[in-house]
Amino acid sequence: MAILEAKRLTKIFGSDPKKVIPLLDKGLSKEKILAETNMTVGVNQADFAIEEGQIFVIMGLSGSGKSTLVRLLNRLIEPTLGEVLFRGKDILSMSAEELRQFRRKNVGMVFQKFALFPHRTVIQNIEFGLEVQGINKKERREMAMQALELVGLKGWENSYPEQLSGGMQQRVGLARGLANDPDVLLMDEAFSALDPLIRKDMQDELVELQAKMKKTIVFITHDLNEALRIGDKIALMRDGSIVQIGTPEEILMQPANKYVERFVEDVDLSKVLTASHVMIKPETITLERGPRVALQLMRSRGISNLYVVDKSMKLLGVITAEDAAEAIKTGQSLEEVMLKDVPTLSPDTVINEIFDTISNTKVPISIIDDNGRLKGIVVRGAVLAALSGNNDLEAGDSV
Amino acid sequence: MNLPKIPLAEWIEWIEDWLKLNFDPVFKFIKSTIEGMVNGLEFVLLGVPALALIVIFAAIAWYLGKWRMGVFTLVGLFIIQNLGLWDKTMLTLALVLTATIISVVFGVPIGILSARSDRLQKVIQPILDFMQTMPAFVYLLPTVTFFSLGVVPGVISSIIFAIPPTIRLTNLGIRQVPSELIEAADAFGSTPGQKLIKLQLPLAVPTIMAGINQTIMLALSMVVISSMIGAQGVGADVYRAVTQNKTGVGFEAGLAIVILAIILDRLAQNIVKKSK
Repeated sequence: MAILEAKRLTKIFGSDPKKVIPLLDKGLSKEKILAETNMTVGVNQADFAIEEGQIFVIMGLSGSGKSTLVRLLNRLIEPTLGEVLFRGKDILSMSAEELRQFRRKNVGMVFQKFALFPHRTVIQNIEFGLEVQGINKKERREMAMQALELVGLKGWENSYPEQLSGGMQQRVGLARGLANDPDVLLMDEAFSALDPLIRKDMQDELVELQAKMKKTIVFITHDLNEALRIGDKIALMRDGSIVQIGTPEEILMQPANKYVERFVEDVDLSKVLTASHVMIKPETITLERGPRVALQLMRSRGISNLYVVDKSMKLLGVITAEDAAEAIKTGQSLEEVMLKDVPTLSPDTVINEIFDTISNTKVPISIIDDNGRLKGIVVRGAVLAALSGNNDLEAGDSV
Repeated sequence: MNLPKIPLAEWIEWIEDWLKLNFDPVFKFIKSTIEGMVNGLEFVLLGVPALALIVIFAAIAWYLGKWRMGVFTLVGLFIIQNLGLWDKTMLTLALVLTATIISVVFGVPIGILSARSDRLQKVIQPILDFMQTMPAFVYLLPTVTFFSLGVVPGVISSIIFAIPPTIRLTNLGIRQVPSELIEAADAFGSTPGQKLIKLQLPLAVPTIMAGINQTIMLALSMVVISSMIGAQGVGADVYRAVTQNKTGVGFEAGLAIVILAIILDRLAQNIVKKSK
């Protein structure tokens, strides 16, 4: 079962929101409704289900309603219509006290402008959520210290927020959101106010943290690259409506309509596509075959090198045609002449990070998994082709 | 058109009589409370030898501010003592402090309430305007009716004139807390009371203190007017000097008020700075 679910979730801002609902049913656009009724459609009948442990990214340009939508999920903004189900329980029917308990125990939040309390120290900020729950001082200090360590700010507990840099402040914000160990963490443009380098670090850390803690995260952003980097699922919003929900790859490769297509057009593919997207199947040979077989194979396939593997496809080295010929002349074995110092990368490396390695090597880069097994190789041509949007590459293309 | 005049004056006098008749025990209670406070403060301020108190005040000023503030307090209070106005100045101080304490006790909660309700704020604003702009002499009279001559109607009039800044700035200070911080406090499940105690009041303290500072100054500015209805102190000296055309005596008493004002103002400001 989904941990968090929205059904027809709608927010109208204006004097008489209920009047707008029939117009939405008729499918009138946001502008038309504004012109006719002078009321603004914040979120228009959003439907989605978030699975436990997922990073669910809601992305859209400013004014698309994403920040409103995330606030409907914990009722910081009261929805006009629809349902929000947390583990099947409708939070819209909760009393004020039930809602407070829900916010205290089940859902944390991280804000764009950090929203740290300036009169409280770092540790006092982090323990705020625990304090309002009435947890005693010793226990909450302990829990807050754990959260502080988690975000790597140990030693800063007695500083005040204004003494920290933006990146550190948002770590405090993150720790505050995590301190009471909520089931769901809402992050409203949490990294948008940070400068690009720090932002990237924070994205990496968030993904790492999530892998460790298995938190369900709802992440709001206007940055498509950010969405593609961290999202397991992405919901793309426009004018208050969700235009498409899908995995990053689905959004990129099968845009639902012209709007999404235009949106993803400018994506820097080198930061999104990974080695596993562009790698091709390598020609391999096992060690005991010897240099003669290797040379023969290369001749018949018209290639200049072979990957030497063991029976479980574990990469041992590379043998080039010249080295094979040399070995035949001098009577050496494959193991003695093959290149053992082969550049390798993991399948998750984004193309952007492959460039450096690929320009400094004579042989194609080997892509190996955590167990050292050869999964594929990356040749220069394939990288360039992928970036130009052409994905139909075959093995054997020149390096 | 010749409409008959609205009998506003008659109505007000009728209300005054009605209140006097029906609420006399309440007024008696208020009177004895205020008298008790003023007398208590006076007893303390005059119980300590003047020179000792001067040194104590100077030490506090030095601790809260810079050494210059300490020296000013020392010299200023010594001048007052030297002019033979010490006892009267302490009486004035007791009156001002009583008016200030009561203003804070009522003003801060009223300010908090009006910060939480736009409707209440709309009701309170014009009343505060009324209290600050209505000439003081106008409410001096009814206070005398209810509390008879002496120090009590003076304190009441001072409160009416001096309480608005405390209410206004408490209201403002709480409303100025950034909405994103309020949102954060809400998102973590704070009750309204927790929000007030843990977030709004601490952030509003500097603004509230500025309001209390103004209240002190306004209360002090009322001491001469209060003396017209029988409140004793340096204010009475000024009033007497004016009616008897004695410029020199009036200046001496006036100087004592100015010195007291500057000391109180700087002390209040430095308390704010220290608390930050």
